[in-house]
Amino acid sequence: MTDNIFDYAPAPESRAIVDIKPSYGLFIDGEFVDGNGSAFKTINPATEEVLAEVAEADDADVDAAVKAARRAYTRVWSRMSGAERAKYLYRIARIIQERGRELAVLESIDNGKPIKESRDVDVPIVAAHFFYYAGWADKLQYSGYGSTPLGVAGQVIPWNFPLLMLAWKIAPALACGNTVVLKPAETTPLTALLFAEICQQADLPPGVVNIVTGAGETGRAIVSHPDVDKVAFTGSTEVGKAIARAVAGSDKKVTLELGGKAANIVFDDAPLDQAVEGIVNGIFFNQGHVCCAGSRLLVQESVADEVMDRLKRRMATLRLGDPLDKNTDVGAINSAEQLAKIRELSEIGENEGAERWSAPCDLPANGYWFAPTVFTGVSQAHRIAREEIFGPVLSVLTFRTPSEAVEKANNTPFGLSAGVWTDKGSRILSMANRLRAGVVWANTFNKFDPTSPFGGYKESGYGREGGRHGLEGYLKGADS
Amino acid sequence: MSRIDVRKTYKLYIGGQFPRSESGRSYIVNDAKGRLLANAAQASRKDARDAVVAARAAFGGWSGKTAYNRAQVVYRIAEVLEGRREQFEAELRAAEGVSAAKARTYVDAAVDRLVWYAGWADKITQVVGNANPVAGPFFNLSSPEPSGVIAVVAPRGALLGLVSVVAPLIITGNTVVVIASEDNPLTAITLGEVMATSDLPGGVVNVLTGSVAEIAPWLASHMDVNGIDLTGVADAALATELEVAAADNLKRVRRPAPDTDWLVEPDLDRMTRFLETKTVWHPIGV
Repeated sequence: MTDNIFDYAPAPESRAIVDIKPSYGLFIDGEFVDGNGSAFKTINPATEEVLAEVAEADDADVDAAVKAARRAYTRVWSRMSGAERAKYLYRIARIIQERGRELAVLESIDNGKPIKESRDVDVPIVAAHFFYYAGWADKLQYSGYGSTPLGVAGQVIPWNFPLLMLAWKIAPALACGNTVVLKPAETTPLTALLFAEICQQADLPPGVVNIVTGAGETGRAIVSHPDVDKVAFTGSTEVGKAIARAVAGSDKKVTLELGGKAANIVFDDAPLDQAVEGIVNGIFFNQGHVCCAGSRLLVQESVADEVMDRLKRRMATLRLGDPLDKNTDVGAINSAEQLAKIRELSEIGENEGAERWSAPCDLPANGYWFAPTVFTGVSQAHRIAREEIFGPVLSVLTFRTPSEAVEKANNTPFGLSAGVWTDKGSRILSMANRLRAGVVWANTFNKFDPTSPFGGYKESGYGREGGRHGLEGYLKGADS
Repeated sequence: MSRIDVRKTYKLYIGGQFPRSESGRSYIVNDAKGRLLANAAQASRKDARDAVVAARAAFGGWSGKTAYNRAQVVYRIAEVLEGRREQFEAELRAAEGVSAAKARTYVDAAVDRLVWYAGWADKITQVVGNANPVAGPFFNLSSPEPSGVIAVVAPRGALLGLVSVVAPLIITGNTVVVIASEDNPLTAITLGEVMATSDLPGGVVNVLTGSVAEIAPWLASHMDVNGIDLTGVADAALATELEVAAADNLKRVRRPAPDTDWLVEPDLDRMTRFLETKTVWHPIGV
């Protein structure tokens, strides 16, 4: 590709702005403390460079965090007026804006996502999320869900949007008067630990936010801790089901935001260039590490060839590489484990008879990479049409009638999101009504906003995050 | 010589029909004083699965009706129940051993509850849905939709309890498979007769009678059931077992509340627990 006169010169964002420590402890009761457990390494998935050692919280550490959260809940946070809680959240929102560049760079280093996404999507929405929920703290009586907090929230978040998922969890929890123990994913703990510093800068009372790092065992300890009143989880459907079983018979309130296999439906009257941009954004945004990714393209038969031609042409222009380069479109796969899963399902796709096409691009020698890939000739029975790949892999199916599109789109145990592309208004509304999914993007895709509720139908989980609806999961409600 | 009365055979209510249990089983239901009232059908796993099939088949049509139409159908149930109130009062007195005044109170409350819920059909969307002012040029609207097929373990109140758990589910467009109170199942079947003659499409409400411990686990683990309401489950261990089974396909779960006072006006949670929020985005432009 170096002989291409349209090649972009490197435009790397400086990483001098971040100061990564050699090791990190747990953030409990307002202080960083050494954990009792062992440590694990977090690496830069674009280079495989070890970034830091991070403490792995054991049961005793989790217990200490829950106790700190309970103390802060009882003595401080639940007694504080909503107006005062709001001011802390506004402070946090402002500090996130002030330190936005630092957060974005750190997120891209630890996660592998392109800097233009962490800088222009993740971090701005994080700040906006805190700003939005700050304003609810003293207005809960108007929410429709009462104004009584639940207590201590145990929150477990994934690696695909580390800081954004933290914001989705912590902002509404705190606004409603709960305190939290949050576990970031083991491959992406660094921005959560930087957020802990931001809590210190904001003088947030100790124990209101506790960050415990670790893997599955740490998460299990949080979810099953008897003094946790609320469990919020974003991640795989498999773990979501395990959590639903673990809390059975308890009084714990649960919200689960799980997997998806969204249909992105393109009708023959759609503005095709816009639809192609939407398809690309739907599946290649954040390397396809998106639970609501438009991973099943349903294209009307009459325009299927044309859409595929345009899509491949567009995919060939995607720039894959250094996440810190400001021109990068597709960054690194987050971990070796995830890369192996993507490879495995892609091979299964080929073996089951689908036709594979990958965008021509050079993959860097180090790190975890997967070229943007599309499968055509996919049937509904293929595993690549049914299972969440969670990578830059698109499965393409065709349809003839709106009813067939609805039938195929809904033929999945998931129900998180869906996309519809057509110029006909009445068809948009009809499709939006018939699609069994929590978010329907019509003539757009992968749009997020603090005011807009997000969450799934069926096995994509329950409860909503964002908007007024996002308060329900953190309040007792009128009847309990 | 006095006339010999014609007794009723109490069967199940599935898909708008009144079949016997496919298992051919029945169990004895006594009145409050321990005298034989009737033999009730003892539903099996197969009956439960048939009921789910009927409820699923009815879901598209029922949830697709206008809210105004669902409101009128549920209101019609109240009208027909009012017209048959003497029968229900007599059944409640016999089955539960309550006084005439108490039986009248329960029937009054059941009719009134149906009327109350009928009015919610075209209002719940306005109360729990809203527009979202996103930071960009997009139309963005969140509205409630029914979760789908809901399994219910009814509480003991044979009429008022049953109405209070079923009405909030169907008014929002869900379809229901309900296991009637094991001890007092007969009124539930009589209520099925009311529903069958109230323009309620077959399969929207399906009533099973029999052993909760036997039938409920099949419904809790059924992969085509979207939610389970454990209100009437008095046994905590069974409730936990059912909630664990419900996780197989992440059913929405309402945990037990067997001691609820059904005479108190309910809050919205009986409806909202089995509603999903759908948010639709569309760009704004010229």
